[in-house]
Amino acid sequence: MTLELSHLNRRFAEYQALDDVSLDIAPGEFLALLGPSGSGKTTLLRILAGLDYPDTGSVLKDGKDFLATTARERNIGMVFQHYALFRHLTVLENIAFGLRVRPWRKRPSRAVIRERVERLLKRVQLDDHARRYPSQLSGGQRQRVALARALAVEPDILLLDEPFGALDAQVRVTLRRWLRELHEELGLTTVFVTHDQEEALELADRVAVMNNGRVEQVGSPEVIYQQPATPFVCEFIGKVNRFTVRRNGSALAAGGWMPQDDPWQGKYTEAVAYVRPEQLRLAVPTSQPAWETRLRHIYLAGSVAHLELHVGSLDQTLEADVASEDLSRLGLHPGMEMRVAPRGAVLFPRNDQGVTINHERWIWHARSPVPA
Amino acid sequence: MSRHVRSRTASWPRRIGHVALLLFALAFLLAFLVAPLATVFAEAFREGLAPYLAAIRQPEARSAIGLTLLVAAIAVPLNVVFGVAAAWAMTRFEFRGKTLLGALIDLPFSVSPVISGLVYVLLFGSHGWFGPWLDAHDVKVIYAVPGLVLATIFITLPFVARELIPLMEAQGSEEEEAARVLGASGWQMFFRVTLPNIRWALLYGVLLCNARAMGEFGAVSVVSGHIRGLTTTMPLEVEMRYNEYDYVGAFAVASLLALLALLTLAVKTLLEWRYGDEIAAHAPGGH
Amino acid sequence: MRRQVLPGFGLSFGYALTYLGLIVLLPLAALAWKATGIGFQGLIQLLSGPRTLAALRLSLFGAVLAASINAVAGLLIGWVLVRYRFPGRRLFDALVDLPFALPTAVAGIALTTLYAPNGWLGRWLEPLGIKVAYTPVGVLVAMVFVGFPFVVRTLQPVLASMERDVEEAAESLGARRYQTFFRVILPMLAPTLLTGFALALARAVGEYGSVIFIAGNIPMRSEIAPLLIVQKLEQFDYAGAAALGVAMLLLSFVLLVLVALLQRWSNRWAERAA
Repeated sequence: MTLELSHLNRRFAEYQALDDVSLDIAPGEFLALLGPSGSGKTTLLRILAGLDYPDTGSVLKDGKDFLATTARERNIGMVFQHYALFRHLTVLENIAFGLRVRPWRKRPSRAVIRERVERLLKRVQLDDHARRYPSQLSGGQRQRVALARALAVEPDILLLDEPFGALDAQVRVTLRRWLRELHEELGLTTVFVTHDQEEALELADRVAVMNNGRVEQVGSPEVIYQQPATPFVCEFIGKVNRFTVRRNGSALAAGGWMPQDDPWQGKYTEAVAYVRPEQLRLAVPTSQPAWETRLRHIYLAGSVAHLELHVGSLDQTLEADVASEDLSRLGLHPGMEMRVAPRGAVLFPRNDQGVTINHERWIWHARSPVPA
Repeated sequence: MSRHVRSRTASWPRRIGHVALLLFALAFLLAFLVAPLATVFAEAFREGLAPYLAAIRQPEARSAIGLTLLVAAIAVPLNVVFGVAAAWAMTRFEFRGKTLLGALIDLPFSVSPVISGLVYVLLFGSHGWFGPWLDAHDVKVIYAVPGLVLATIFITLPFVARELIPLMEAQGSEEEEAARVLGASGWQMFFRVTLPNIRWALLYGVLLCNARAMGEFGAVSVVSGHIRGLTTTMPLEVEMRYNEYDYVGAFAVASLLALLALLTLAVKTLLEWRYGDEIAAHAPGGH
Repeated sequence: MRRQVLPGFGLSFGYALTYLGLIVLLPLAALAWKATGIGFQGLIQLLSGPRTLAALRLSLFGAVLAASINAVAGLLIGWVLVRYRFPGRRLFDALVDLPFALPTAVAGIALTTLYAPNGWLGRWLEPLGIKVAYTPVGVLVAMVFVGFPFVVRTLQPVLASMERDVEEAAESLGARRYQTFFRVILPMLAPTLLTGFALALARAVGEYGSVIFIAGNIPMRSEIAPLLIVQKLEQFDYAGAAALGVAMLLLSFVLLVLVALLQRWSNRWAERAA
């Protein structure tokens, strides 16, 4: 079952929720729609569910017009952010709902319904809560009921709208893993909306990063992380250091460091550069270009130590990551001076108006082999 | 029409000033609210039980009771259907003119009861818009039961809608959307999801609507013609007996209405107490 | 038009609109139409007639005064019900709604009997020279009765959710109880009080059943405007009745607009004072 979304536009009175969005969803894949609030990801999901319609554009399911069908006919399973459980029905009745409202001819017998519901209850580990009401359940339990309810109708596609947003961190992690296992077992095409990039990168086969109604990039988590296509993706995913590289005569440089190359052949005078904390190399020998930095502060976060480095020539503070166990080995202490340089970076040139030219992205790697 | 509001910081009055204030307030309530209620029963039973029962058993009283029940039995269900339809349209869809629709629904609240009756006289009375046509076809609306029903519908129109709209607004449409996605048809969604979620507010609205329908006086008085035994509801019967100086008779019928009022209050309080959060908070209304 | 996600818009909206059109709009249109039948001259004559003016005055000013009394009394009762615990509190709280639930005619005859010279309350007030029944004062009493629950019920949720800390802060700064009340609490309650006032006012202006028994209905003295309408109908002066009806509607409308403006002003003032 393939889904092709083409040139979807949706405007609400004040703003453009979807701006020329096109996306293909492969059968059986787990796709995450990732972005900040207002990026359009929920709108996109609701359009897939039939709870909203685009102004222009098309959605084809196996080549047929999906938008011509109503939400009722689409055979999708949806899990809402706030569960939307039927508050006056028990857990059992909630899960059975989709089967009970089927038209006479298509309705399974009572026995079949019961058996299927019990199987699902066991799957979501709520068999002893069958007769409880939603108000008597915890958030995590409610979400599992919502999932079971969506799965009961054996949908072609599963849609989840920030399903773990309202839950405690611990519960979220557990449910995340569990959802991934479920997906691997069922192989159901799943579209998952979230603003939590950690969640998206952990769960999804592919991630579509959205911002302001546009899809900034679609790709596997590795590609998204290591080869971000736009400045937004760089900044939204993971931690990143940002600085400006300027043309200094014939070469591009930022403070004391130079990438020693120029794929744009002199076309641009300025570019924005992104370096991840783990890409900063410490204690660079004087033979290679680097920044003179002062180590301001060390933040210990479990196995990783975050180093706050002030770069005088940029008048900027950068963050570098090292393994905590390396702190003493490298003799790191606050106040010390160090030469620091990137091992790799992603650069986007800027035109005269200061707008980045995303398709001229340059992924730079340091040439000489680099010791750890 | 309020939920039972319990402040977290309510305390026993300790200082003498507070106690005095409290006693003054309670005295005021007693004199102002309880006294009239007590008067009704005191006057009804002034001459003892037998005259009271006789007053109620009179044929005029019986037909007044019957007519009151009939009018309510027609007006209330019609307004329930309207209230549900209006609430569904207002809270589940976006369209222009919502404020206008809301204002129209509230209109009968802000209109004097006499005017509520007047407008129907002007429409269906002999000199009204449809007067000649009705006379030609020998259909009586004003000074007949249909007029009573219409005026009552007008007066009690907002009650159910006003209870449902804030509640359905607050509940949101997620459950109904979920039902649709799961494959429910429109009516399945309505009866399995929407109705159960609003049932207590609906009952509450019906209660208030009914109390008003049975007790309405001004509007009904205008359209009724005061034909004893035919177009006289209980409140009108009360008035007529009072004007004829039949005080025991008037208060006897009034006592029935007062009992209805007390019953309404009791059920209302019960509903608020047990299902308060399923009946949204809102400002009081009612004429 | 955009496709609707949930079903039933056409049915519900269409039905509601038709129902409203037939029950509310059509009759009101008839009212407006008939009112024009009196002509502009006739309208001026009608409204400037001394009897009409007296009745409108009584209905209007009586309602304003009654609503004001309700504002004060309602604040007192609402305060007591929310802030204090005492035996029978639930009962009294439920009783506040009595004027809502009690049919107006029943209230009318009960109040008349109560405040008549030989009534339970009347006999205490008579020697003091206060005549209530069959006077404008009676009209006032009836108007206060029917409007009473509005202020209390509007205030109660607000009073209950009011944070005590503002009062405690004022106290710690040295304010005495009444100062705290007038400078801190009252401004916070002002918008809500105004809402309750407006509701009580709207109710009292058009009130009929509770008032006509106790009023005595003496022309120029204790005759209320709705009664004039009824009389005109009995005299088959339909145009006159309609015109008076329209005049009353416009009056209510103007009042409500004024109160809405007052509310907006008080909201701004309350925000600044907060």
